[in-house]
Amino acid sequence: MLADKDRIFTNLYGLEDPFLAGAKKRGDWDGTKKILGLGREEIVTRIKASGLRGRGGAGFSTGMKWSFMPKQSDGRPHYLVINADEGEPGTCKDREIMRHDPHKLIEGALVASFAMGANAAYCYVRGEFYRETEALQRAVDEAYDAGLIGDDACGSGYKFDFYIHRGMGAYICGEETALIESLEGKKGQPRLKPPFPANVGLYGTPTTVNNVESIAVAPEILRRGADWFAGLGRPNNTGTKLFIISGHVNQPCTVEEEMGIPLKELLEKHAGGVRGGWDNLLAVIPGGASVPVLPKKLCENVLMDFDSLREVQSGLGTAAVMVMDKSTDIVRAITRLSAFYKHESCGQCTPCREGTGWMWRMMKKMAAGTAHVDEIDMLEEVTRQIEGHTICALGDAAAWPIQGLIRHFRPELEKRIAEAKAGTSQAA
Amino acid sequence: MSGQVETFEQPAHFSFSSDSMKAVDAVIAKYPAGWQASAVMPLLDIAQRQHDGWLPRVAMDYVAEMLGMPRIRVYEVATFYTMYNLKPIGRFHVQVCTNLPCWLRGSDDIVASCRRKLGVEMGETTDDGLFTLSEAECLGACVNAPMMQINDDFYEDLDAGSTESVLTELTIGGTPKTGSQIGRYTCEPASGLTSLEHQADARAVKLGDA
Repeated sequence: MLADKDRIFTNLYGLEDPFLAGAKKRGDWDGTKKILGLGREEIVTRIKASGLRGRGGAGFSTGMKWSFMPKQSDGRPHYLVINADEGEPGTCKDREIMRHDPHKLIEGALVASFAMGANAAYCYVRGEFYRETEALQRAVDEAYDAGLIGDDACGSGYKFDFYIHRGMGAYICGEETALIESLEGKKGQPRLKPPFPANVGLYGTPTTVNNVESIAVAPEILRRGADWFAGLGRPNNTGTKLFIISGHVNQPCTVEEEMGIPLKELLEKHAGGVRGGWDNLLAVIPGGASVPVLPKKLCENVLMDFDSLREVQSGLGTAAVMVMDKSTDIVRAITRLSAFYKHESCGQCTPCREGTGWMWRMMKKMAAGTAHVDEIDMLEEVTRQIEGHTICALGDAAAWPIQGLIRHFRPELEKRIAEAKAGTSQAA
Repeated sequence: MSGQVETFEQPAHFSFSSDSMKAVDAVIAKYPAGWQASAVMPLLDIAQRQHDGWLPRVAMDYVAEMLGMPRIRVYEVATFYTMYNLKPIGRFHVQVCTNLPCWLRGSDDIVASCRRKLGVEMGETTDDGLFTLSEAECLGACVNAPMMQINDDFYEDLDAGSTESVLTELTIGGTPKTGSQIGRYTCEPASGLTSLEHQADARAVKLGDA
């Protein structure tokens, strides 16, 4: 188990003062000027060396992403955009960072912006997080007043501004180019790539979009050293991670743990175990609504990191672990997710706009048992027609939970259809 | 309601109050010159807050003019994002999350409790104009499920009884406790800390046990 001395989010539960005095006591803003003194390239090199992979779901190397920004400005400004549009069902970690450890995010934004030659960061917070936005804004005001950010950030001579932009309720704005569109005052519809944001992003300028957690851990990595972070977890899956444990556990909670912790250990150490005991487990969705479900037998030994979960055809995603015990109607559970994707499709690409609605209607038939057995294969086939055929990953995200269901719970689907049929013929 | 076309009056005029204007100026200053359209979402929100929680057509036109945007671009934004209410809404907007993590923890009971207590169905407003009930997608408080949002606040770790208490409190003009309704502090495990145990004393103080 991760020792407290290796934790980054030491005010995760908000038990101490989240604001400047408390943050400084916990070590935030300690030697920030010295960190900036390392220079752009060295910061990027060290973040790369730490092995940090993006905490927003895709798991791309954060240092690598930073290195894609032009080294020399061609006259256009650069921007850091922080993705705080936390809306992946099951996910509520960035919320805790913003309301309980906001200075980690602001300090991280300064360091990351400096490393990419950006003089401003926009933090796009989902609109429903009104109180979290208030807390973050208070911390931003404190940082300006203390000279930690502003015209001469931390006395480094570097100018840095931090702006908060509130979303207004659209899951799709968590997709980086939709987020940029939204920030420009438009509907949040994803852009075709290329050009990639690192060349043409916000306001047509080089932009990097990073998740809140990725940014918030950066200063601590630079303070303690890339080796410290890389020494936690497993190769290629390094560091610590906020895990969000919801659903049928005795003590749902958010906790910081080492990457690669076994799923079973995570649930038993921190979440009081599965309701009714481990043997009462039916399935787990290990990384937010978009990743395929794992039946109990795959949960026994799986490790919670990017590569281990990929090996079992699922994913770490946002590390939002949704636990379902044997009382769960798994078909209805996945149908609920299909309804979500139908609701959130931005309507731009036909396969997603039409497909999410079609899949949801088909899933309702599966849940009621009124589908035909052949339609299970048809549904699977349609998910393949949607996956990979849309501008952004929402189409994929809508397809994967259904693929996971069919892969692991086909007998349940067939049983339900048979039972419904028997019930009808009996009634007749 | 079903089968009927809802009608409501659109006001003839809208303009920002002096308080709103202060907020508007602060918002516009965040964006670079020439990119003032970035301010459209926050400005529509300010307008909605000033106008009893809903956004009339004249307010959209007013914002369009202020930002030099074609009206249609503002309508596109106002109709794309779910937090803009395009028709009158109750003083308290009760949004119950029914997505998977909340459903697994009993959001069906919370929905039933709201319907029973308020006497309205999803999407409807009580006759006294106090409450509008809506179903919401994941609101991002999943370890504190089931939960609902009322205006700017989250009410978490609900059951049928605490849901009713919150609504009752609002009905009589009170201010119900926000956050967890079961005496735990934010997203910690309810049975006690499994990490950061040195903060146990602070926890006792926060929970009023000390």
